[in-house]
Amino acid sequence: MSDIRAYETVTGTPYEAGFGDYVQLLKPRVMSLVVFTALVGLLVAPVGLHPVEGFAAILFIAIGAGASGALNMWWDADIDQVMTRTKRRPVPSGRVQAGEALGVGLALSGISVIMLGLATNLLAAGLLAFTIFFYAVIYSMWLKRSTPQNIVIGGAAGAFPPMIGWVCATGSLSVEAFLMFALIFMWTPPHFWALALFMKEDYHAAGVPMLTVTHGRKSTRTHILVYTLLLMPVGIGSALTGIGGPFSLAVALALNLWFVVGAIRIWRRDEGQAEADNYATEKSVFKFSILYLFLHFAAFLAEVALKPFGLGGW
Amino acid sequence: MTFRPEHEIYKRRFGRNLGLGLTLAAFVALVFALTVVKVTRGDPMKAYDHVIDPQAAPAEVSE
Repeated sequence: MSDIRAYETVTGTPYEAGFGDYVQLLKPRVMSLVVFTALVGLLVAPVGLHPVEGFAAILFIAIGAGASGALNMWWDADIDQVMTRTKRRPVPSGRVQAGEALGVGLALSGISVIMLGLATNLLAAGLLAFTIFFYAVIYSMWLKRSTPQNIVIGGAAGAFPPMIGWVCATGSLSVEAFLMFALIFMWTPPHFWALALFMKEDYHAAGVPMLTVTHGRKSTRTHILVYTLLLMPVGIGSALTGIGGPFSLAVALALNLWFVVGAIRIWRRDEGQAEADNYATEKSVFKFSILYLFLHFAAFLAEVALKPFGLGGW
Repeated sequence: MTFRPEHEIYKRRFGRNLGLGLTLAAFVALVFALTVVKVTRGDPMKAYDHVIDPQAAPAEVSE
């Protein structure tokens, strides 16, 4: 006899979720990007916050992002099980029940929004609530399975954190906040389409209407180039505002030029060439796109760090 | 005589409970710290204890 009541996983091995499995529900890697961009949004704002309030703000923005990740895992458990990239996640692998993911997601959504409102201001809390709603309902439940424009519009969910960080400090929206939002919003499509080019079987098998599936791979390559060209003025423009300076302008020029060169290289290739070198160019542009966003925001932060020495900003 | 080895699942349950306990303790500490910051920040406050302060009260009341 035993008092052990364990869930059965898909492989048939008894399993009961550990603490780490619930942490995995919150998509820690996505959270790290959210923490970084929200922190930059908060630190580059012209108004300072008390360190405790700033810490609380970043923590609850991150928890809110994690909550929307848990809600996404609850809703997408069926397609996550099909895709190689996602089948080891806690819900499709059977380590956490889908209902638990829903409960964790809803509870953390409520806690993060209320606590952000108490720690900073109601506008920031409202924006966080809208971000969670946008990612869980607009993107996951509606757009993801219905249109190839899913990540174009859904990318907005990932673009809100620096704007929320800015609002936490200032209590209002401004052109700098909108440009930081626009930077991530315009960056998301070429970033994910580069991924979709070399993870082609995943989305096809799951029936997710990615651009590669609905419009073909040549069209996707063209879309990557067009969106990278559209991203360029946003990236350079943001460096010309109050959060930028000569240093971030130089960084923006270099990063955008390099991203466009990468997009042209992707655009000029066909499937035969890509398969011959196992999508080497697509993979390198995808990796660079992560660096692109990190360095862009790091440059804004550097402007703030250089100001006491009379170097940062315009 | 030897004890039966503890099943692995108890270790995992302990880890889960410990993680949750530490998370809740950290949450309490954060709410306390936030409260201290919110209460102590700003201009020095003055409590009147239901007694009219002649300096702050309108002129007609102080007459």
